[in-house]
Amino acid sequence: MSKSSLSNYLRGIRFPFCAGCGGTTVATTFLKAVQELGHQDLQGFVFCSGIGCASWIPTPHFQADSIHTTHGRSIPVATGVKLVRPDLKVVVFGGDGDLVGIGLSHLIHASRRNLDITVIMINNMIYGMTGGQVAATTPLGTKTTTTPYGGFEGPLDAARLVATAGANYVARWTTAHLVQLRESIKKALITKGFCFIEVVSQCPTAFGRRAGFKNAGEMLQWLKRRSIPIEEAKQLNERELEERIVVGEFARRTLPTLSERIKAMMEEAKIL
Amino acid sequence: MVYYLPSGNHFMRGNEASAEAAIIAGCQFFGAYPITPASEISEHLAKHLPQAGGIMIQMEDEIASIASVIGASWAGAKAMTATSGPGFSLMQENIGYAFMTETPCVIVDVQRAGPSTGQATKCGQGDVMQARWGTHGDYASIVLSPNSVQEMFDLTIRAFNLAEEYRTPVILLADEMIAHMSEQMVVPSLKEIRIVNRKKPKSTDQSFFDGESVAPMPSVGEGFNVAVTGSTHNELGIRFTADPMTHRVLVTRLVEKIRNSVEFLADFEAVNVDNCEVGVVSYGCTSRAVYEAVEMAKDSGISVGFIRLKTIWPFPEKIVEKMAQKAESIVVPEMNLQQIFFEVQRVVKGAARVIPVNKIGGGEMLTPEELFTMIEGSVGEY
Repeated sequence: MSKSSLSNYLRGIRFPFCAGCGGTTVATTFLKAVQELGHQDLQGFVFCSGIGCASWIPTPHFQADSIHTTHGRSIPVATGVKLVRPDLKVVVFGGDGDLVGIGLSHLIHASRRNLDITVIMINNMIYGMTGGQVAATTPLGTKTTTTPYGGFEGPLDAARLVATAGANYVARWTTAHLVQLRESIKKALITKGFCFIEVVSQCPTAFGRRAGFKNAGEMLQWLKRRSIPIEEAKQLNERELEERIVVGEFARRTLPTLSERIKAMMEEAKIL
Repeated sequence: MVYYLPSGNHFMRGNEASAEAAIIAGCQFFGAYPITPASEISEHLAKHLPQAGGIMIQMEDEIASIASVIGASWAGAKAMTATSGPGFSLMQENIGYAFMTETPCVIVDVQRAGPSTGQATKCGQGDVMQARWGTHGDYASIVLSPNSVQEMFDLTIRAFNLAEEYRTPVILLADEMIAHMSEQMVVPSLKEIRIVNRKKPKSTDQSFFDGESVAPMPSVGEGFNVAVTGSTHNELGIRFTADPMTHRVLVTRLVEKIRNSVEFLADFEAVNVDNCEVGVVSYGCTSRAVYEAVEMAKDSGISVGFIRLKTIWPFPEKIVEKMAQKAESIVVPEMNLQQIFFEVQRVVKGAARVIPVNKIGGGEMLTPEELFTMIEGSVGEY
């Protein structure tokens, strides 16, 4: 295997993503991060994902154990895996619909518990697989198939929410920040406790088309233009930040993990 | 220290007996959400499962509970959850997922009076059809029905064994009365208790979702690179969401795995079935009144027999057919508005008159007197 090849991590099944989809970029960036951490293959990793385009990143494409769960339930499935096998590295991939739409409660509770897993959320701001319906993350006013006159609900700030809920590591980047994203994935994979990375991504097919973008490149430029580093964002007020994507690290903590707390409880109670 | 309930006589509640049986069956993971009248199972396991080297976690809802159980099962642990009607409803999608992915797990549903919140603390038997048909799509379920504290113990162990043997979710369909009453039960010595563990793959095995019998099941973290999905998949676990044959072969195999085992799975108590004028088919708490009603009928000179179902699904048709060959009437008492009644009617095909006896509300049981009256009234030609 050449150093740059990622074939050791893949089954050789083609990714099913549309041309210009951010999903392929995130998959590649994740595998590069894994490679840079020195993993020769994905043994010792378990991937859990739900339903939606982003959930197809690991399964069945990665040459690894993967559990492709029901819609929104990847995190509680990962909870069962991790509690039984704390030695395994459990990574969840999912979209915004999966993780902060239908599955939001599990994301908050896993953060609160500080479950020792890494969650990578590809936020394309739309329900892509089902054809472009408005999501909990869609910017206010956006035209989608279910908001034909423009959206009338404000979007959820996933990274900030998870940081508040108690995760050990939280970062947000876009698909226009691949170097920073790769570094964050590496950090998440070696940080104990709940780690959450939100990747704001382009969906030219289901979002871009109706929102007035010509192609994926134009969407990437748009993501880049809207982004503002978290340090700079602190100088701006809420109104000034309305149209912006705040990027950077939102939490870096060293709180004990769920498994560590369970172990401590058992020792304290002299159970084992 | 590895905890388990020692053999011998014990006096305890049904829910506690189920929890103790789970530990002896080898349960190492329990995830659940509080709900009346099932919470004592969680409370008991919260105390004792860690002492047995296992994990008990209270999840954020019942959807997460069953999902965590599925994850634990793929990580190699025998796993269980416990709930009641409303929580059981929330679990249905993932019960279908467990069926589709052939994930062994045990779901205890301690029935209360529904629908909706209904009478949360009162007994009912209204989940019989939900236990059979609760998830969407074609499937088959294994559902066991205890009628004593002893059977809360015995059938919990059987539920784990069947889950492991068939690689499928198994439902212990208890009810508030059996779960909350205290009785004596006898725990056999560990040597006498049959424990089944899932078949594990050889290191060269690659297909885990096919076979005439049940395929071996790897765990994650064992180097098999297993792909698990609730989407239609081939024998390697790879999604094929458009191919008609892949779906047809997979779902037919999963359903037939259980349907073809109906005689093996059948478990019932049967008395005077082939030579009775009046038969009674009952299960769960309701069956407790049948014994006395049958004695009363015998004292009145009525030739009466009964079947008490311990396996409800797949429905043990043969024994009911047998009863209908001779019996003129079959009385079906239930704490719902006719659920197993229709199943009995389907099976006897008009060979006997099937008479429903139903009572719901307030957790009031059918009394032996009420049942006797129905038995007495059903004697003779019609």
